[in-house]
Amino acid sequence: MKLGIVNETRPDERRVAASPAVVAKWVKGGWEVVVERDAGTNASYPDSQYEAAGAAIVDRPTAWHADIVLKLRPPVVEADGTCEADQMRDGATLISYIQPSESAALLAKLAAKKLTVLAIDQVPRISRAQKMDALSSMANISGYRAVIEAANRFGSFFTGQFTAAGKVPPAKVLIIGGGVAGLAALGAAKGLGAIVRAFDVRPAVEDQVKSLGGEFLTVTIKESGDGQGGYAKEMSKEFLDAEYALFRAQAKEVDIVITTALIPGKPAPKLWFTDMVELMKPGSVVVDLAAERGGNCDLTQPGEVVVHKGVTIVGYTDLASRMAHVASDLYGTNLLHLIDEMGGAKGFKVDLGNDAVRPALVLEQGEIRWPPPPPVKKVEAPKPAAAPVAAAPVPVAIAAPIPAVGHATKSHGPAPKAPSAQSGMILALVGLALAAVWLYFRFGHGDVNQIANPGSVALLQHLTVFVMAVFVGFQVVWNVAPALHTPLMSVTNAISGIIVVGGLLSSSGGWQTSVAVAVVATLFATVNIAGGFLVTRRMLAMFRK
Amino acid sequence: MTNPPEISATEVAKFLGITSNVLSNGAFLVAGVLFILALRGLSSQQTARRGNLYGIIGMLIAIAATISLTASTTQPLVVAAIAAGAVIGAVMALRVGMTSMPEMVALLHSFVGLAAVLVGVSIQLHEPSHTELAERIEVFVDVWIGAITTTGSIIAFLKLRGTLSGRPLLLPARHVFNLTMLTASIILAVLYARDGQTWALAGGIAIASVLGMHLVAAIGGADMPVVVSMLNSYSGWTAAAAGFMLENDLLIITGALVGSSGAILSYIMCKAMNRSIYSVIFGGFGAAPPKKAAGGPVVPAGDVQEMDAVTLAARLRTSKQVVIVPGYGMAVARAQHAVRELTEVLRTSGVNVRFAIHPVAGRLPGHMNVLLAEANVPYDIVMEMDEINGDFPATDVAIVIGANDIVNPAAEDDPTSPIAGMPVLQVWKSHLVIVNKRSRAAGYAGIDNPLFYKSNTKMLFGDAKDAIEKVVAALKAPPA
Repeated sequence: MKLGIVNETRPDERRVAASPAVVAKWVKGGWEVVVERDAGTNASYPDSQYEAAGAAIVDRPTAWHADIVLKLRPPVVEADGTCEADQMRDGATLISYIQPSESAALLAKLAAKKLTVLAIDQVPRISRAQKMDALSSMANISGYRAVIEAANRFGSFFTGQFTAAGKVPPAKVLIIGGGVAGLAALGAAKGLGAIVRAFDVRPAVEDQVKSLGGEFLTVTIKESGDGQGGYAKEMSKEFLDAEYALFRAQAKEVDIVITTALIPGKPAPKLWFTDMVELMKPGSVVVDLAAERGGNCDLTQPGEVVVHKGVTIVGYTDLASRMAHVASDLYGTNLLHLIDEMGGAKGFKVDLGNDAVRPALVLEQGEIRWPPPPPVKKVEAPKPAAAPVAAAPVPVAIAAPIPAVGHATKSHGPAPKAPSAQSGMILALVGLALAAVWLYFRFGHGDVNQIANPGSVALLQHLTVFVMAVFVGFQVVWNVAPALHTPLMSVTNAISGIIVVGGLLSSSGGWQTSVAVAVVATLFATVNIAGGFLVTRRMLAMFRK
Repeated sequence: MTNPPEISATEVAKFLGITSNVLSNGAFLVAGVLFILALRGLSSQQTARRGNLYGIIGMLIAIAATISLTASTTQPLVVAAIAAGAVIGAVMALRVGMTSMPEMVALLHSFVGLAAVLVGVSIQLHEPSHTELAERIEVFVDVWIGAITTTGSIIAFLKLRGTLSGRPLLLPARHVFNLTMLTASIILAVLYARDGQTWALAGGIAIASVLGMHLVAAIGGADMPVVVSMLNSYSGWTAAAAGFMLENDLLIITGALVGSSGAILSYIMCKAMNRSIYSVIFGGFGAAPPKKAAGGPVVPAGDVQEMDAVTLAARLRTSKQVVIVPGYGMAVARAQHAVRELTEVLRTSGVNVRFAIHPVAGRLPGHMNVLLAEANVPYDIVMEMDEINGDFPATDVAIVIGANDIVNPAAEDDPTSPIAGMPVLQVWKSHLVIVNKRSRAAGYAGIDNPLFYKSNTKMLFGDAKDAIEKVVAALKAPPA
């Protein structure tokens, strides 16, 4: 079987579908690989490196004639109706970005050739498929590059500095959307020393933002933005108003804004309005990662850099392509995993039962297979770390956890579960029974007249106090952090020295044995009090953050 | 013109009595509220110190109010007793080492129990016969629980100190023995309630003392955290019983607070060890009679593999994620400072070091946290079991220091194991597990640990302090 890697023909596309390192793995795995001449040149992979990896350098028609053609961008359909994929053999396989929902004309051309087509942008967002998730790999790169572009246009340091010539405050960066791109931008900006804040509508993102050292911003209206498949959904008007108010407050403070908000299948939501840009300090920079889908900022010009009242707005749509070298390598690795998932060189085939591959299948031997049937609800465990603000089938802003982050969502030691209602019930019943027995003894064998006497009233009061105190104790202690169990025990131990009151009460009176005994009791109880409190004090003094 | 009405001396006294009663009751109320705030304060590290302060203020108010209530000729003696007690307590508290904290706490519990017994005895001696029936029951209950707390705590103290063996004492007919003592106690209680005879009360105390010793003696050393918190609970109930006896609400409130707090702690501990609370109360657990001969549970085959400090240091240098699991062995060897140094060295070279604390690690709930805090380990890298268990597969090296049962995979894999079902730290999922142990002996529960024989486990034999210090030295030395 022959894999063909072809040139990308779109202007400004510097990436290539695979790096020589990936090609070497294919060759080792038993594939024959052909690479179109100069395919990797723009990504700084000269033909010689592909040759060294075991591939043959061929002309364009030969590369397109392979059994499986690997590409990055969707094949281009020209104005005259011709398509570069026309050069493919009937019945061959094509793997690239396709964006099937917006490419009817392309699909028709491909179907006419009886091709099998896999859309890498349709790989499902499930844990098992993460290794082939090119949207995430590219988003990661875009996020990083966005920070670099911003730094390039920002007239000051990212990190704060104290110099002989004076103090420079650190740059403040606001990232809107905590998806893969947003988190990558957060990490990059943090690495440069900036103060980074990230906003997201999905509460699940908070831990990820914090784990990277960012400050998480959110609005106080309770509404979760978790939508289907790890994307954020659209929010209510009330929520949006609060969100915009927050943005306006931030606009006055921050130097850099990086927006990454996308909603699948729709134009990018506008959330950084002209007035917010005008609130920013001159010299500030906005990088709009959603530019390809129209942009999150009113003033974004896709593909351009514009300056509005001193604020630079970067609307590049090819951020990943600007890092073509690493992007090609990661994209190639995603392809490598996809092809392995489909059986590798030995058993390559389309398996409709593979839920990591099936959603990516657009055409099978010219038969349309997209959209895929809804997955049989196997309930893929909710993605541990979640998902990003948004993302549409665009190689720019994306979702899915960054694998490198490695911090699974951390739960803050859930308080131990309170005893079940059942055991609580039993306890209560036992308590009531005991109380009944007690009352019977205390109040003289059911003599109704005695119930009203002052002694019994007092006892009832004591019992009430006792029961209430038990409940208060339960309530209060359930919330104690396990780390503080030892101090808790020693403080309760000190408090139980309250028995000293008993000793004191019994030690009034004349000089007699009973008083002497009570004085000894007082002595022991006081040892306990002093010892308990001081030990607790010592222990607590040691806990430090 | 009429004379002002004469006020008799008795009326004045009555008025003053009421006033002081109201005042002291008000003071008791304030003290009670302060105690609740004290417990609440302990729910987080930030507020814990203030919580302790509330407790101290509450106690001072309570003592002052009580003393003002009981003006009598013996007052100087009482004040002297308080002063002496405070000095003794302070000296004990300031001298005790953090590793012997469990013993100290156990010993202090016994003092509460003893004080409660003495108060009961004092009342009996003071007014033997004219107490009411119900009051006599209250006295009996007070001294009975107090005596169990006292002797139980003393046995726990001796076991924790190592004076007594940690092995459970299992008499052949221990349940019958317990039952007999319980029955005898009830008979004595009835006798005492009827006549108020001192000998019946003394008998009750004697039996409860034996019962307390026996209950705790039957519990294995590994389960001491539960026992200590149970005794903590008992000491609270004792105080509450004394409150009923003396008709004092402050004692009742405080006793109930402490009692329920101890009960919850015991419950949490039991949950963490997958044991039933009943077996703790009635003793004889943690025994796990070695019935290996009978069922032949999986006998881990194979040999353990060792790793020396230098190799380990080299391995740590290239790791990204390290998790340290401390156990009682770290406390015994006083290795916490060496461990902190290891943590610092690794953290400065960019390794993410965290601690995984099992709820019953050590001999006291939260024991490990206290020791690590003493060694200045920041508490935000000290994780609870639930927080960190999911992270082991992504961990390069897990270092187990002097822990055994809490990392035993048999709890999950081997249904015949005595600790089956107990939640454990899944260290074996890490890429490499280093187990530091003094010797090859089994853990406190006396169970073999299949972890030691796993292919990704390497043993670092030796005293925890020496072994870790060697690793630190190797890390600081320039790589060969």
